[in-house]
Amino acid sequence: MKWKGFIYLSSIPGGFAAVQEFCSICEEHGFVIGKGRIMLELLTGNEAVARGAYEAGVHFAAAYPGTPSTEILEALAKYDEVDAQWSPNEKVAMEVAIGAAIGGARSMVSMKHVGLNVAADPLFTASYMGVNGGLVIVTADDPGMHSSQDEQDNRYYARFAKLPMLEPSNSQECKDYVVLAFALSEEFDTPVLLRLTTRTAHGRSPVNLGQRQEIKVKEYKRQIEKYIVLPAHARKLHPKVHQRMVRLEDYACSTPVNEIQLRGRDLGIVTCGAAYQYVREACPEASVLKLGMTYPVPTELIRRFAGEVDELVVVEELEPLLEDHIRGMSLEVKGKDMFTRFGELSTETIREGLGLENAVSSRVSGGAVEPEQPIPGRPPVLCPGCPHRGVFYNLNRLGAVVTGDIGCYTLGALPPLSAMDTCLCMGASIGKALGMEKAQGKEFARKTVAVIGDSTFLHSGITGLMDVVYNHGTITTVILDNGITAMTGHQHNPATGFTAKRGPAYKVDLEQIARAVGVERVRVVDAYDIDAVYSVLKEEMAVEEPSVVIARRPCALTVKSRSKGYSVNSRCIGCRKCIKLGCPALAIKDGVAEINSQLCTGCGMCAQVCPRQAITLSEESKGDSRG
Amino acid sequence: MIPVVDTADTKNILIVGVGGQGTILASRVIAGVVMRRGLDIKVSEIHGMAQRGGSVVTQVRFGKEVFAPTITPGTADFILAFEKLEALRWLHYLREGGTVIVNSQELYPLPVLTGSKEYPVDTMERIRGKVSRAIEIDALEIAKKCGSPKVVNTVLLGVLAGLLDSDLEAWRETIRETVPPRTVDINLAAFEEGIDRGKEFLSQVGN
Repeated sequence: MKWKGFIYLSSIPGGFAAVQEFCSICEEHGFVIGKGRIMLELLTGNEAVARGAYEAGVHFAAAYPGTPSTEILEALAKYDEVDAQWSPNEKVAMEVAIGAAIGGARSMVSMKHVGLNVAADPLFTASYMGVNGGLVIVTADDPGMHSSQDEQDNRYYARFAKLPMLEPSNSQECKDYVVLAFALSEEFDTPVLLRLTTRTAHGRSPVNLGQRQEIKVKEYKRQIEKYIVLPAHARKLHPKVHQRMVRLEDYACSTPVNEIQLRGRDLGIVTCGAAYQYVREACPEASVLKLGMTYPVPTELIRRFAGEVDELVVVEELEPLLEDHIRGMSLEVKGKDMFTRFGELSTETIREGLGLENAVSSRVSGGAVEPEQPIPGRPPVLCPGCPHRGVFYNLNRLGAVVTGDIGCYTLGALPPLSAMDTCLCMGASIGKALGMEKAQGKEFARKTVAVIGDSTFLHSGITGLMDVVYNHGTITTVILDNGITAMTGHQHNPATGFTAKRGPAYKVDLEQIARAVGVERVRVVDAYDIDAVYSVLKEEMAVEEPSVVIARRPCALTVKSRSKGYSVNSRCIGCRKCIKLGCPALAIKDGVAEINSQLCTGCGMCAQVCPRQAITLSEESKGDSRG
Repeated sequence: MIPVVDTADTKNILIVGVGGQGTILASRVIAGVVMRRGLDIKVSEIHGMAQRGGSVVTQVRFGKEVFAPTITPGTADFILAFEKLEALRWLHYLREGGTVIVNSQELYPLPVLTGSKEYPVDTMERIRGKVSRAIEIDALEIAKKCGSPKVVNTVLLGVLAGLLDSDLEAWRETIRETVPPRTVDINLAAFEEGIDRGKEFLSQVGN
């Protein structure tokens, strides 16, 4: 048979299984299908969200990077048709996206779960305003805290801010639900929340790609009763929000993304998101109510499902949001008494919770489950050549009280650097240092240092620094300026000189910002120069006025060319001074230091701390050692 | 040999290593082969802080229809370990009768480098004590012989393919499409070396 052409399957709901079924029907009718090659791509949930937005004709997208959400904006920035930008923080990203939606564009804003705390202020009132062009807000939660400081359940934001929420369970649904979210946003005049978790955001599964719908930016008309939330206007808007949610609950009871799958009568499981996939694996014979739309909770649909089964169980990751709702309906239901509310669920924990024997009766025991024969852990560590290393090494030497912040440099808390006292949330280091001074006095402030990265400083550190000057604080602030947002994978920010689409941009001057808020003592130091960092820190900590030290060096992972590494010569006496730097390229072997030439980047910090000149540049030059 | 990639049952492969070792390529090639055959697949990995030199794991599951994105401990058909200690750390994921492929490279975690902990000297013995199907291979040495220390991952992938599948042409094709064009020859040479080690192992231990 001759090749006939493409068929885009994005219009078929039901993901991979439906595509398989479609293909087999085609084959029964004599068509030959190039299965798996032409239309399916293996995408992460984040890439699929970006693809969905693209196909839904999104015009504008904004974000601040944060694991596990970062790759959504990165993927959107690659589409020529989409104007995508990194904003200085999540609140600004949310506001720009809201502005774009009011201006008639289809807009998306994405962030990690704690980012939504930062953006909560505009979120709540955007709920009253509604939209013009569709607005989809993506929150990527992190159950299990793979790369986060808490595991808050952002489904509560939907209830709190009175907004609809969709929760995909695989990459195909990530794409499909974004398309649906834009349609709902415009139909119901509301921002729509899309909640991912680490497993859906970073898991890869097959996705059918479709084509972009070209949607025109809507006309903008002044509507002050809608877009200006004066108390008089807001009082009229609030009841409208409630009417909207009532209509959305009706929709939630009939939408195909909320699906009753009837199998056995014994057990009925209500579930959503990644938990659905574990449920299907753990007990394939159970009836399931899969909620793709978790807010408003579809009360009547749940009641109908409850009538079809003998026992009703809710399987949801983190908090008992659905369970509490169902209990409020006076239905008998089980949930958190069987499954943990901490961390991620799994096939195994669900089977255990249901009292089913796990598929595995006898196991190969391994290192991680053998407490009697413990093996060394492998904690994350600052990279070889990381410019933060020398700063923490010196803060440790100076016995500083260090208020830390969010980024790679939080690793400065771990041994052997051990140079951090507290780490709370983005931008909090400076305010916390000031608070410590308020509690303990000026003498204590002589050893109190706030440590914050360049991107984090721009995110929410500037206002803290303003407060230090305004309220007569005298603490020292160190800005670790590695010229990039490193932790999340090297995204641009307002101080890098480039946009999300890699075009040129104004490069914010950190020194001038510090001076503008009233800091008179602003010092810049080469982060690789151990002695200079030490003496500058010592001087600035000693003075009884606020000061800012900018320790500057590009992130070692962004430096592509380097010529020489270091090696240890026979003068080494094994004093271990270099080991205190905690560099992964350095080890003690047979009583003396040894440098791994594959890992060494040639930063030279170890050579500077060596008291015997036992570490010197290698004779032979070498190429880039990194793969 | 059983062409496992073609069976309907879900197969589980755990790829473990240290952040920065390039475990991603291995999962991309496996996924490419699986998708060519029209099978369903889920790949799960963790980004963010763990990548900074920490212990990293990629979970690959494929079959007719795959639900859970993660592998239940005790059900992995293969563990592909880029580092020896990581093989031991994740060994409880292996099913009975499963195979662990261990790169003999040792990368010391920071507590070992700073002298607060010791790297176990008997890692491989401990692994062999628990698993009959354990294959140790010096992938770095083989990679260097093939022309670049960077193709360690392709050597290991070759071992896996040799043990897992009978249709290796699909793997070669996927590697050609996946790696940078100028490294295709070196990668394919590394892949063949790996296949040979895998087959050598099969001739000793059997299927």
